[in-house]
Amino acid sequence: MTGNSLIQETLQKPQAPPVLRRGATVLVRWREASVLIVAIAMAVYFRASADAFLTHDNLRNIAQATAPAAIVAVGIVLLLVSGEIDLSVGVVAALAPFLVHYAVDLYGIPVLPAFLLAFASAAVIGFCNGVIVTKLKVPSLVATLGSFYLLLGILLTTSHAYPAQIPEAAQGRIRLIFGAADWSSLIWCLGVVAVFQVVLTRTRWGLHTISVGGNLIGATEAGIRVNRIKIGNFMLASMLGALAGLLEAFRINSIDPNIGGGTALTFTAISAAVIGGTALAGGSGTVIGALLGALILAELQNGFNLIGVSANPFNIILGAAILLSMIANQYLSRLRRSGGV
Amino acid sequence: MSTVLQVEHVAKRFGALTALRDVNLRLEKGEVLGLIGDNGAGKSTLIKTLCGFHRPDEGRLLVNGDEVVLHSVDHARSLGIDTVYQGLALINELSVYHNMFLNRELRIGPLLNNRAMRRLAREHLSSIGVNIPDVTAEVAKLSGGQRQAVAVARAVFSDAKILLLDEPLAAMGAKEGTLILDLIRDLKDRGDVSVIIIAHNYAQVLDVCDRVNLLQHGAITFDRPTAETSLEELTELVVAEYRDRHRSR
Repeated sequence: MTGNSLIQETLQKPQAPPVLRRGATVLVRWREASVLIVAIAMAVYFRASADAFLTHDNLRNIAQATAPAAIVAVGIVLLLVSGEIDLSVGVVAALAPFLVHYAVDLYGIPVLPAFLLAFASAAVIGFCNGVIVTKLKVPSLVATLGSFYLLLGILLTTSHAYPAQIPEAAQGRIRLIFGAADWSSLIWCLGVVAVFQVVLTRTRWGLHTISVGGNLIGATEAGIRVNRIKIGNFMLASMLGALAGLLEAFRINSIDPNIGGGTALTFTAISAAVIGGTALAGGSGTVIGALLGALILAELQNGFNLIGVSANPFNIILGAAILLSMIANQYLSRLRRSGGV
Repeated sequence: MSTVLQVEHVAKRFGALTALRDVNLRLEKGEVLGLIGDNGAGKSTLIKTLCGFHRPDEGRLLVNGDEVVLHSVDHARSLGIDTVYQGLALINELSVYHNMFLNRELRIGPLLNNRAMRRLAREHLSSIGVNIPDVTAEVAKLSGGQRQAVAVARAVFSDAKILLLDEPLAAMGAKEGTLILDLIRDLKDRGDVSVIIIAHNYAQVLDVCDRVNLLQHGAITFDRPTAETSLEELTELVVAEYRDRHRSR
């Protein structure tokens, strides 16, 4: 059969020594491996150049920079895998703590229902994005660019672009659980990553998400409700954005309209997803990779600070990292497809 | 014999384009019906109407004598109608066994039961003589014939009672084509599965089908048991259509 002869041909091709070949196979098959190696190499490099890099306090800094980006990136991965993107998720992150603030301080709603309200609002925003993309057939890049500005406008208008205080009722234990305790946001982040790694690789939802992004017509023909999958992923991405925003607000103990109100959080998260090995074409992606991508970005920014490089060249590194990982991704997936490894 | 599927005066239009004008068709239990016709005659549209993908603009469908309005592919499946599309509806990024179980996944609680799916996919493929070296391989790595075999095996595996095959032999080498034809013969022997098969190779149609229907300009214009027709007659019918078309120009 053709499959067998293809395998035989591959076997007969001249190959690198076994150890190298096995290493290459691991790199190509387990796509997170290459990102993990970069993350470790970077830690080794910065540890060598700055003693403070691996101290307890600095690791906490890195963890706190990684967590919100990784949480948002998980949602972005789900969307990218299903063939869509969401540019508005960062502003949802900025909006969510304001919604809690408005609900508690202006309407006297208790804290936990206010939290639920914030998540529900995020879900509704995601739902609207999803409906506009799937039913009204507006490409997600444009649709969510629109909702980005719309939400940003609502946020800046209602907050008068001023930061707000964390509601008194939400201080204390609630604040500690939701981001203020040293490792709280990292624990949330690892929980989210673990859950969605399982969702993407071990559940029907994940399988259908891959199917929708990999072959939309085929998935439809197989009876998968493709719109439901896409809309669901928009809702999840939006709610993860809200979670990241709440954690950040409680951590810095202030509700800042500029946190995701700029494009920073969204773009960092997309970068993390892409560096982690998620293709924009849909059909493939990794949640753990996105976490590692976010870690690499946090390490870079933190390490540059420590060794005294100005923040300006950081963008050069970031840009190069995105381009390189996309090129590597293309090359690796072609290799994987051709059955070479 | 009982009629499992009946199509009465079905029409389907896409804007100004009339794909199906007035289709009348019946499928008996255990029968293999060959559907032939020129490109653009509406064969694929008809299949997609029968499997719940398109909703007909006019006419009605009867499944086992009961009139049904198919809301979705899922709905058609729940009535025992399954399809192998020309595009195969395989997901390149997924493994063979995940494709075999696509949208019918086995689960333990919320999690996929991959082990059971792998085992069943392996067993099923080998029981029908399809040789896929590794069911965990991505479908993208398979040859055209292997992909087709996986798609047909999936539909057979789903326990469908009415199987719609849209050009299952198109991408096949001679050996793999024989495999699919054998598969269809096995189904016929089982007696409880009825098949509609679109094909361009009339010799294969005569070989495997009980009856043949010709679709022309969105309507069935010829309906005869394969025993009462011949390769010459079928070829002549289609050639005549060409001739008429050229004359009318």
